[in-house]
Amino acid sequence: MFPQPIQKSSPAAQALYRTSLPFALILWLLPLFAVAITSLRSINDLNAGNFWGWPTSIDLVKNYTEVFTRSPMGRYIINSLVITLPAVAGTLVLSSMAGFALAKYRFRGNLLLFSIFIAGNFVPFQILMIPVRSLMVNVFQVYDTYWALILFHMAFQTGFCTLFMRNFMKQLPDALIESARLEGVTEIGIFWHIVLPLIRPAIAALAVLEFTFIWNDYFWALILVQSDSVRPVTAGLEALKGMWLASWQLISAGSIIAAVPPVLMFFLMQRHFIAGLTLGATKE
Amino acid sequence: MSVVAENMAFGAAQRVPDTWWRRHQMALTPVLLLLPALAFFGTFVIWPIISSVDLSFYDWDGIKTPEFIGFGNYIELLHDPVFYTSLANNFWWLVLYMLAPVFGLAVALYLNQSVFGIRLIKSLFFFPFVISQVVVGLVFGWFFNANFGLFNRLLHAFGLHGLALLEHERTATFVVILAGLWPQIAYCMILYLTGLTAMNPEVIEAARMDGARGMKLLWNIIIPQLRPATFIAVVVSVVGALRSFDLVAIMTVGGPVNASTVLAYYMYQQTFTAFRYGYGAAIAVVLFLIMDVYIALFLWRMLARERG
Repeated sequence: MFPQPIQKSSPAAQALYRTSLPFALILWLLPLFAVAITSLRSINDLNAGNFWGWPTSIDLVKNYTEVFTRSPMGRYIINSLVITLPAVAGTLVLSSMAGFALAKYRFRGNLLLFSIFIAGNFVPFQILMIPVRSLMVNVFQVYDTYWALILFHMAFQTGFCTLFMRNFMKQLPDALIESARLEGVTEIGIFWHIVLPLIRPAIAALAVLEFTFIWNDYFWALILVQSDSVRPVTAGLEALKGMWLASWQLISAGSIIAAVPPVLMFFLMQRHFIAGLTLGATKE
Repeated sequence: MSVVAENMAFGAAQRVPDTWWRRHQMALTPVLLLLPALAFFGTFVIWPIISSVDLSFYDWDGIKTPEFIGFGNYIELLHDPVFYTSLANNFWWLVLYMLAPVFGLAVALYLNQSVFGIRLIKSLFFFPFVISQVVVGLVFGWFFNANFGLFNRLLHAFGLHGLALLEHERTATFVVILAGLWPQIAYCMILYLTGLTAMNPEVIEAARMDGARGMKLLWNIIIPQLRPATFIAVVVSVVGALRSFDLVAIMTVGGPVNASTVLAYYMYQQTFTAFRYGYGAAIAVVLFLIMDVYIALFLWRMLARERG
C-alpha cells in the first residue's frame, strides 16, 4: 500500500492525520456549505448584508417552498426526468447492441467503426451545434420539445457507451459463445440469453453515469429548447438567476434542488458509478 | 455458470429449421445490431461535423440563402482580436487544467488510508464532479462576487482590500478556470484512488525492501505504475479544458468585454447573438481541429493496445 498505512506512524502523526481529514473536507466543500447555509437564510439577513454570519432565523421551509411555488422549478425537475430517463434507456439499447457486434464478430471495418464511435465521443459540441439545431427545427420538427433533447443525447452518448460496452464484452470468453452456437442457439438468442445477463454490471455503471451526464447537460438545453414547459433544470436554474437577481436564498435553494438527483444517484450506486468512470484506469 | 447453461438449453429448445436467415445470420447479425446505433450516430454526430465544415465556407445569417465565400471566414478570423483572445484563453485552460491530474494525485495519496469514515470522506471529496457545472458556476461566481462574496470577506478579515476578480479582464478567465479545476481535480482523484487500490502491493513491498522511501518510491515505482490512470486523467482534462463552455456562460458571459471568452463560447455567441452562422462554424472547425490532435493520440494508443 502506498503511502505507508498511517497505523504504522507515531500516535501523534495518526492523531494529526485523523483531525486533518474533517478540516480538509470542510475547506474542499466550503463553496457548497456556503450555498447550503444561504438556502436557509431569510431575505432580511441578505438585505442586511449578513451573508456569512450566523443566520438570524432559519427559513428553510419557507425558501424551499417558495422555490416551488414562485418558479417553475417543479416543472423543470419533471422535464429533466422526462428527458433523462428515456435518453439513458435508449442509449443503453443502442450501445449494447453495437458493442456486442463490435466485440464478438469479425468483419471488415470493425476497428474503423469502433474508432468512429470513440472519436465522435470526444468532438466539441460546437462543431455539431448548427446542423443539429437545424435538423431538429426543419427535418424532425421537434425543436423545443422533449424529443429534441432525447434524440440528441441518445445519439451522442452512444459513442461513449459503445466504447464501454465493447470493451466490457470483449472480456467475455469466446468459448461461451462458440459452444452456444454449436448447441444451435441463434445469434439473437446468444445476445439475449447469454450476453445481456452477463453485462448487467456494465449496464448498471453506464446507467448511473449517463443519468448524471444527461441530467447535468446545460449546452444542449440552451440550443434545442426554449420554453419553460420543456426546459430541464440546468437551463431553468440559469433563467431563474436572471429573474431572481438578488434573491440568493432562492437561487441557492434552487441549486441544491437541482443537485439532489445526481448526488442521490451517485450515493445509491456509488460502486457502479466509480467502476464506470474509472474504466481503463487500472490496466495497461 | 448454471444460469448460462440453462439459457443455452432454452435457446436450443427454440431450434428452428434451416432457413435463409439461419444460413446468413453470422454475417447479418452484426449489421442489424450496428444499424440503429450507426443511424443515430451518423445523423446527429457524423453528418453534422461534415455539414459544419461545409458551412464554414459560407456567409450565412441563418435566414437568407447562404453565400459561398471560400476561405473568407478563416481569413477574417486571422484579423479578429477576439479570436486570438479565445485562443489564448483556451491555451490557459489547457495548461492550467494539467494541474488537475497533479492535485488529483496529491488528494488521492492523502486519502488513500484505511481509517474510520474514510469511505464517506472520499465520496464527499468527489461531490464537485457529480453536481452540474451550472451549479458550480453559480457557486463560484458568487464566492468571488465583489460585493458580498466569501472571498472578499476573507480578505477583509485579514485587513486587505476586496478584489473584483471576475470583473477584471486580466483575472476573470483564471477565476473561471479555478472553478473548473474544482470538479476536475475530484475526477482525477477518483481515477488515482482506483489506480492506487488496484496496485500490486508486492511490488511496493519489494521496493521498500530495497530501501525505496517517500518521494523516491513515489517517483520511481508508484507513478510509473499509475500510468493508465494518468493517461485517462490527462485525456479527460484536455477534453474538459477544450469543451469549457458552461462555466464561462454562467460566470462571466465571456466578459468583461470578451476577456474571458473561449472558442466554444465565442462560437455560440457569433452564431446566436451576432447571427453569423458561417463565421461561427469556422470557429467551431478550428476548435475541432485542435481537439483532433488529442483524439488522434487517444485512438492511436487505444488501437496500439488492441493489437499489442
